[in-house]
Amino acid sequence: MQPFDLISVDSIQDAVKAQSSSSTAQQGASVRYIAGGTNLVDYMKLNVETPAKLVDINGLSLTAIEPAPNGGLKIGALARNTDVAYHDTVKTQFPVLSLAILSGASTQLRNMATTAGNLLQKTRCVYYRDTAYGCNKRQPGTGCSAIDGHNRMMAILGTSDKCIASNPSDQNVALAALDATIHVTGAKGERTIPIAQFYLLPGNTPERETVLEPGDLVTHITIPALPAGAKSYYLKLRDRTSYEFALASAAVVVKQSGSRIDFARVAMGGVGTVPWRSLEAEKALQGKVATPANFRAAAEAALHGARPQSQNGFKVELAKRCLTHALAEVTRQA
Amino acid sequence: MAEHTDDTSKPLTSLEKLSRRSFLSRAGAMGVATAAATVAPVVASAEPERPQPQGDPAMPETPGTIPITLKVNGETHQLRIDPRATVLDTLRETLHLTGTKKGCDHGQCGACTVHVDGRRANSCLLLAAMHQKAEITTIEGLGTPQKMHPMQAAFVEHDGYQCGYCTSGQIMSAVAMLHEPWGDTDTDVKEALSGNICRCGAYPNIVAAVQSVRRHA
Repeated sequence: MQPFDLISVDSIQDAVKAQSSSSTAQQGASVRYIAGGTNLVDYMKLNVETPAKLVDINGLSLTAIEPAPNGGLKIGALARNTDVAYHDTVKTQFPVLSLAILSGASTQLRNMATTAGNLLQKTRCVYYRDTAYGCNKRQPGTGCSAIDGHNRMMAILGTSDKCIASNPSDQNVALAALDATIHVTGAKGERTIPIAQFYLLPGNTPERETVLEPGDLVTHITIPALPAGAKSYYLKLRDRTSYEFALASAAVVVKQSGSRIDFARVAMGGVGTVPWRSLEAEKALQGKVATPANFRAAAEAALHGARPQSQNGFKVELAKRCLTHALAEVTRQA
Repeated sequence: MAEHTDDTSKPLTSLEKLSRRSFLSRAGAMGVATAAATVAPVVASAEPERPQPQGDPAMPETPGTIPITLKVNGETHQLRIDPRATVLDTLRETLHLTGTKKGCDHGQCGACTVHVDGRRANSCLLLAAMHQKAEITTIEGLGTPQKMHPMQAAFVEHDGYQCGYCTSGQIMSAVAMLHEPWGDTDTDVKEALSGNICRCGAYPNIVAAVQSVRRHA
């Protein structure tokens, strides 16, 4: 691990000021916020992240989970994953989020990891993690070793010829289906970013993963209230039954009137370079009767643009079945 | 190490009496020559030796180190550490609390599990300098060979290990699990402890040990 200076801050302004001295908030940032550290310390040990300064933000009062003014839920950036997953409102009103968080990592890691840290969780691409290999995300211009390498775990949606790394988070798939809003304080003040606009596709600049700029500090997220009667569910498929990243996962929010679906939100994990909201699947479900055939049609729509690599062609069908099962389960609850 | 006296009448030298661990840690602290000179008070004992912590603020400052306070098992320690030092390395290398093990060092195996303010965490991913206000509990703070925590006794009773390397992490996780919202089944135990890998595959006995404590809790 490279040496660094460690400072702690007790105000959002001091935190923003400290990180603003970095030329970027993305890969290669010279100043990094640190909270749970589960992702950052790991990558610092691998020399994938080499910040010269760490800004400990655990002293900031950003742990609250409380009702939002619009009837939804506000979750502080420093709320631990465990506390969010077991929060009564999350369990009863947004079970998809509780299920997603509890399907990820281990209790130890969930006790440490924070909401905003998980929001910014880095890919687990083996080539990104290993500095012996070229990786356009870690070091722009050095090529993507995954495209002709071990790519079984990689993404099939949203890829480019520069990067096929999958986004590993479960929480963020649920937040995409819940249409969460990210609240940020930066050098120019406060702003809000819909989660659908928060993550950037790799394109030609895979080192840029979010719209965050130097100084930007995620302070909290908000989740809008769901329509009365809406149900939500998260299904994760993986190589082991526990403590493993998704091969494919589906977060679904559905409200039915009679047997017809009149509200649907769909997001998928394990298959996208970003948490993958599928407006195509949602459109395919709108107004339809809840039948296996209609679920399959939605899954076909969601995976229509899939571009599998040499070793992960199985993910296309796996993801379709994952979404079909998740829709069957959530509509059975209604 | 100290028990191989049966095949000879020749008394052990003081160096031979020194356990391998205590030798290595003292050698690390002071160098081999000094270690040889300090062995006289060390006798074979059932009690683990507790060498003085390194990083004592009174010791000469090593460039790049910072002073910190760390609360471990109810004791407050004033130390000087490298800012990069994790809680795990500080426990093992500076405080000589070697019950907490280093497995993968990347938060994947659970061997380093400790309790931080009552909740279990991977100490290999925690920077010590960021946890100066925390109450840290290690396996040494849970029980002693003479007075074991019920979970430690259950692991002995049910043979919940082979090589023993993952055991302290398994036990720290299992004890934390008692206060977490899990169901009653073996499946719940397997899910709750999935962050603790056992290379020997002692899982059935680990589950049995944990369930025996939960049933009597």
